[in-house]
Amino acid sequence: MRRIKPKLCGNHCTKVEHVSVTLDQNPILEDVNFHLYCGEMLTIIGKNGAGKSTLMKALLGEIPYKGRIIFEDMRNGYKSRLKIGYVPQHLTFDKNSPTTVYDFFASCISRKPVWLWKDKVVYEKIKKELERFQAENLIDQCLGDLSGGELQRVLLSIATCPMPNLLLLDEPISGIDRNGTMHFYELLDQLKREYDLSILMISHDLDFVYEYSDRVLLLDKNVVEEGRPEEVYKTQAFKETFGYTTYHRMEE
Amino acid sequence: MQMFEYEFFRHAFLAILLITPLFGVLGTMIVDNKMAFFSDALGHSAITGIAIGVVLGMTDTTLSMIIFGIIFALFLNWIKYRGKAGAETIISVFASCGLAIGLAVLSMGGNFSKYNSLLIGDILSITHRELIGLGLAFIFTGIFWFFCFNRLHFVSINTSLAKSKGIPVRLYDNMFVILMSVIVMLSIKWVGLLIINALLILPAAAARNLARSMRSYHLYSVLIAVFCGVLGLILSYYTDIATGPMIVLLASAVFFLTFFKGR
Repeated sequence: MRRIKPKLCGNHCTKVEHVSVTLDQNPILEDVNFHLYCGEMLTIIGKNGAGKSTLMKALLGEIPYKGRIIFEDMRNGYKSRLKIGYVPQHLTFDKNSPTTVYDFFASCISRKPVWLWKDKVVYEKIKKELERFQAENLIDQCLGDLSGGELQRVLLSIATCPMPNLLLLDEPISGIDRNGTMHFYELLDQLKREYDLSILMISHDLDFVYEYSDRVLLLDKNVVEEGRPEEVYKTQAFKETFGYTTYHRMEE
Repeated sequence: MQMFEYEFFRHAFLAILLITPLFGVLGTMIVDNKMAFFSDALGHSAITGIAIGVVLGMTDTTLSMIIFGIIFALFLNWIKYRGKAGAETIISVFASCGLAIGLAVLSMGGNFSKYNSLLIGDILSITHRELIGLGLAFIFTGIFWFFCFNRLHFVSINTSLAKSKGIPVRLYDNMFVILMSVIVMLSIKWVGLLIINALLILPAAAARNLARSMRSYHLYSVLIAVFCGVLGLILSYYTDIATGPMIVLLASAVFFLTFFKGR
């Protein structure tokens, strides 16, 4: 097994405590509790409609919820709002917009109007940021011309500029081929090791989740199982959710 | 060119030079945000704004139109953000309802014919004072676009992503629809409410077929809008066809040309 033990600095912690969400009188999440530490990758799995995306929206502050979501910075001894980076599902983009990667990136990090001119300083900075994910040659391409994997790398570099403490990924690899997926996970792994950040991801790709996650959380309105992948994948609840009798990793 | 000897034509020409680039610029964001439906509803609501002004006994109904337009736009945005399914239907219901109220009030006593120019516009009747109003709108939009476009653009790509970066999404969206309603209300008398949406959408939609970046998108959109506007005004002078429809016909032709070129 190729798992790399995370280096925990132990200073940051994201605490989700008693979070419940009700939409139109339907309970979507009921009393969800978990902690997420720095340098850790936690993946949320579950069947469709289990409330995974709702949980992500609550973390982003997009929908009202009961309970508490706290981002703690223990170094200073007080609770603070940590910086969040977010990588949306790549499918939710307008493929026809004449927006280049530069336009997209610059409109996030710069105030200089992208419709008037291309700023040299901003351009170089963006190139540098993209280099981290081997995406610097995409800078002048339109978003609609990027492959799923390429777009994901661009989104990842925007989410990590400036470097967040908590990185949220919503099914980042849906619709990407195996090589692209592998590459993406390697990048996440590298990020986690080089920078002191926690990664929270929603994913359907059980093989990759098994290989790259530090912890897995099986969600179905509340936390059904939680633990290391090899533990969670053995549980009855996991088998019932995904219909495996015994889980076999892809290499086996 | 003898037509420039007439003052009304010079005014109309200046008005076109002020309105069309505004439409070209605003259109890029309307098309990117898939708000064609929204701006259409806004255009239709103008007539209610006029009706309110008439009922209140105002001589210049521009103010009542602008105020009503802003309230209506913010209201539509609120419906959109409630996030319930069927927002489009509700917007459509309110737009039709607003249009009907306006038509009902204005046609009271069988006097609607004096409002006919509202439907297809009458750019040749624009006055000096109204030109100054358009000029101010032009300058203000330029300033707004200079300082706020990047944020608006980022929001238009993905709202969740924009929120995660701490951008006040609703505020920017509301500012944009307010600007849009002011521009629509200021220009609707000259352009006409039946075609104003075409003028907002067509240049940007055509530019989209050609553009490969935000800079070329804006450049093409403004160029197409100004070109169709000026040519439409001149052609309408010679052919005696109303200016608004003429411009829309030209812009449609440009759209189809770019559509097949862009494929």
